[in-house]
Amino acid sequence: MFDFSVVTKWVDDLLNGILSPTWATFIEFVLIGVCILTAYAVIALALIYIERKVCAFFQCRLGPNRVGPFGLLQSVADMFKMLIKEIIDIKHNDKFLFNLAPYVVIAASVLAFGCIPFGKGLHILDFNIGIFFLIAVSSIGVVGILLAGWSSNNKYSLIGAMRSGAQMISYELSIGLSILTIVIFAGSMQLSTIVESQANGWFLFRGHIPALIAFLVYLVAGTAETNRGPFDLPEADSELTAGYHTEYSGMHFGFFYLAEYLNLFIVAAVASTLFLGGWMPLHIPGWDGFNQIMDYIPSPLWFLGKTAVMIFIMMWFKWTFPRLRIDQLLRLEWKYLLPINLINLVLMVIIVVFKIHF
Amino acid sequence: MIALKEKITSLVPAAAFDEAAIPTVTVAASEYKQLAQQLRNDADLQFNYLLCMTGMDFGDSLGVVILLESTTHLHQIYVKTVTADRENPYIPSVSDIWDTARINEREVFDFFGIRFTGHPDMRRLFLRNDWVGYPLRKDYDAGEALNPVPTENEDIRDTTLTYEALPDGAIAARERTVFESEEYVVNVGPQHPATHGVLHFRVSLEGETVKKVDVNCGYIHRGIEKLCEKLTYPQTLGYTDRLDYLGSHQNRHALCMCIEEALGLEIPDRVKYIRTIMDELQRLSSHLLFWSCLCMDLGALTAFFYGFRDREKVLNMMEETTGGRLIQNYNVIGGVSADIHPNLVSRIKEFLTYLPPMLKEYRDVFTGNVIAQQRMKGIGVLDTATAISYGVTGPSGRASGWACDTRKRKPYAAYDKVEFKEAVRTEGDSFARYLVRIDEIEQSLHILEQLVDNIPEGDYAVKTKPVIKLPEGCFFKSVEASRGEFGVYIESRGDKNPYRMKFRSPCLPLVDVVDMLSRDGKIADLIAIGGTLDYVVPDIDR
Repeated sequence: MFDFSVVTKWVDDLLNGILSPTWATFIEFVLIGVCILTAYAVIALALIYIERKVCAFFQCRLGPNRVGPFGLLQSVADMFKMLIKEIIDIKHNDKFLFNLAPYVVIAASVLAFGCIPFGKGLHILDFNIGIFFLIAVSSIGVVGILLAGWSSNNKYSLIGAMRSGAQMISYELSIGLSILTIVIFAGSMQLSTIVESQANGWFLFRGHIPALIAFLVYLVAGTAETNRGPFDLPEADSELTAGYHTEYSGMHFGFFYLAEYLNLFIVAAVASTLFLGGWMPLHIPGWDGFNQIMDYIPSPLWFLGKTAVMIFIMMWFKWTFPRLRIDQLLRLEWKYLLPINLINLVLMVIIVVFKIHF
Repeated sequence: MIALKEKITSLVPAAAFDEAAIPTVTVAASEYKQLAQQLRNDADLQFNYLLCMTGMDFGDSLGVVILLESTTHLHQIYVKTVTADRENPYIPSVSDIWDTARINEREVFDFFGIRFTGHPDMRRLFLRNDWVGYPLRKDYDAGEALNPVPTENEDIRDTTLTYEALPDGAIAARERTVFESEEYVVNVGPQHPATHGVLHFRVSLEGETVKKVDVNCGYIHRGIEKLCEKLTYPQTLGYTDRLDYLGSHQNRHALCMCIEEALGLEIPDRVKYIRTIMDELQRLSSHLLFWSCLCMDLGALTAFFYGFRDREKVLNMMEETTGGRLIQNYNVIGGVSADIHPNLVSRIKEFLTYLPPMLKEYRDVFTGNVIAQQRMKGIGVLDTATAISYGVTGPSGRASGWACDTRKRKPYAAYDKVEFKEAVRTEGDSFARYLVRIDEIEQSLHILEQLVDNIPEGDYAVKTKPVIKLPEGCFFKSVEASRGEFGVYIESRGDKNPYRMKFRSPCLPLVDVVDMLSRDGKIADLIAIGGTLDYVVPDIDR
């Protein structure tokens, strides 16, 4: 299996060979920054296109099919439109916070995006508390949403933001606990170690019942965390028109839009990393020939494939279920998911202590 | 009827009793309230359903005609009261006897300037607060000098007036606040995705909880009733399609039947069958749209497209025959404007086999969904007595256990020749309102099944005189439209145009109950309640 650290090592050596270490590091930062932002934009555009196509097929429609072959350039065209649109300056709002909010949201999602292992050796931020960092930075997003709702000076936006705050903070608990279950099982918070330890079988299969429960809880909570249907209460279009981003226009709205899709990607990527082995190919202990063939498939393809499956499942949720009400949403979290999670955590500890997993 | 007359003359000796198909009682304004109370409460009378309230300008005097019905005895009566004072007309309010009178009296006040003493909320209903004059009065000056095209936004008033009749005969006005200044009032509408049109709710919130809803109508008020007074009878037909655009056949059917009955025209059976088929197709298209829009309101966007996919087939069928998809212009006085398209019968048969599997799909994707059920069960409960008092008819009334189907109560067209079940449920919540409509889709298919092979041969219209003049008198006819009882009241003075034409809108009571149903619910419940009541704004505003 090709290790991408060969490439990064070569670039590092090359830069260090011709430049002073400070400049080399600086240029590496810039290079990584450019790469990550490009990947961010490309993935977001791809997801927008995919979502349109997927929902169109759910809804007996064709979806975008005019701009470019199969409508492939539609989201590029939309992006371009968004870029050249005027950012409307609304009156009676808190200008500073209003303009800051989309950047907070996008920054949180870019930071979280940086933690994801895309392939063997294709990993930007990898340190021993990787998962902890990921949860921490992705939680900043809610601050941006609250700021947006508050500074818009719009009643709909405020209600949307308050809903969002209540929802995201509640569901963060479930996400955290279900991730913690896996951390206990893996014995590490470092993402690369977690992926490596799934070489002999993915955690979803090895972790017995608690891993399965944690996976399901993570799926529900993750969907809620991205503010997508059936948990799209903060923007509930039939109740609050567009919720917290009602007043935004142009690229500021575009940032919220991009962040929403990237958060979908991040949640799916974390699910595939923790439960489905990330970039790790499907290995079945004892089947060496099979394992070798699986290794021929490049690791980023494994990662993207698994993530795509997760994304499809979440889109399936969105385009099938009606929206919950705020009290039902919170009841689901506090009365069902959280107790289940706590019991599940104890169960996982027992399984790890007595080593009764596969 | 003689018993009715004796009863009423014994109650109010001064009342003038006029016998007709629907008897009329005329009383002085001072005795109006007392008579109303007795009509409502007397065990032999029990007029508990105020079907239609019409403001009238008799030329020298102003007045109100109310059409009452008893849901137990099924008899009807007009009660007429007048006041000769055109400057300061006062009539006692009956809003404490029938809840639906509250919004209807506001409408009468808006158009005739009659102030109802004892009414809690005497604001204009449709027109702007700064409107000068009362447009449905016969001496109203419609010139632009009086009411120029406004260039300023309308100020929304938070106060309203209540008039009280003091014992000495004087009238005292008292100011009342609608919303206190510290209330958190959110506008839902006039541009809002869930109001299905330009309707404006002002919602007082406490966090997510709805405390009070104040409905603000009139954004698309076109003054159709006023326009009709200037038109000949055949010309008035066109406006009915534009009331409830999802019940255009049914609305027009009511007006045609009302005129035909007044003229004494005998309608061929073929016409009756065609009209019934068209009414049911219209009901199907309306209920399918209801289903789609409710799903969308509750956030299930995919389901929305399923409903539209199937409604398209109904619209195509109607388009072939009538040439229209939304505004059909099909019924005319004495028949229909053209014979049915040769494909219609085979298309309907095809549709009869097509829809049932789709209904199963609806059940799988939405009705059975646990989130959908939780969003609707126990939300916005309307009990039978309140539904009758508010005049909530149609599927919403039937969901509250009131068997109010006009097709069964007063069969018209070919409804006495077909067999169908009246979908009635007793829960009265949003889910019951939803299920009643799904049941009605099935019943509509059942009705079509019985009619489609048996359309009798004959003319599709009878010849009428070139100039249609109705005999003097008042006429009322109602049909079961997609959203409830749609009625037409015509007061004729023997001319070629009506002296007064009033449409009994099924949606006005629906929007009136929103406040009561959504109090202490969540914002999301307000949307679910609005969605299941399924009002159509042009029908409210007229």
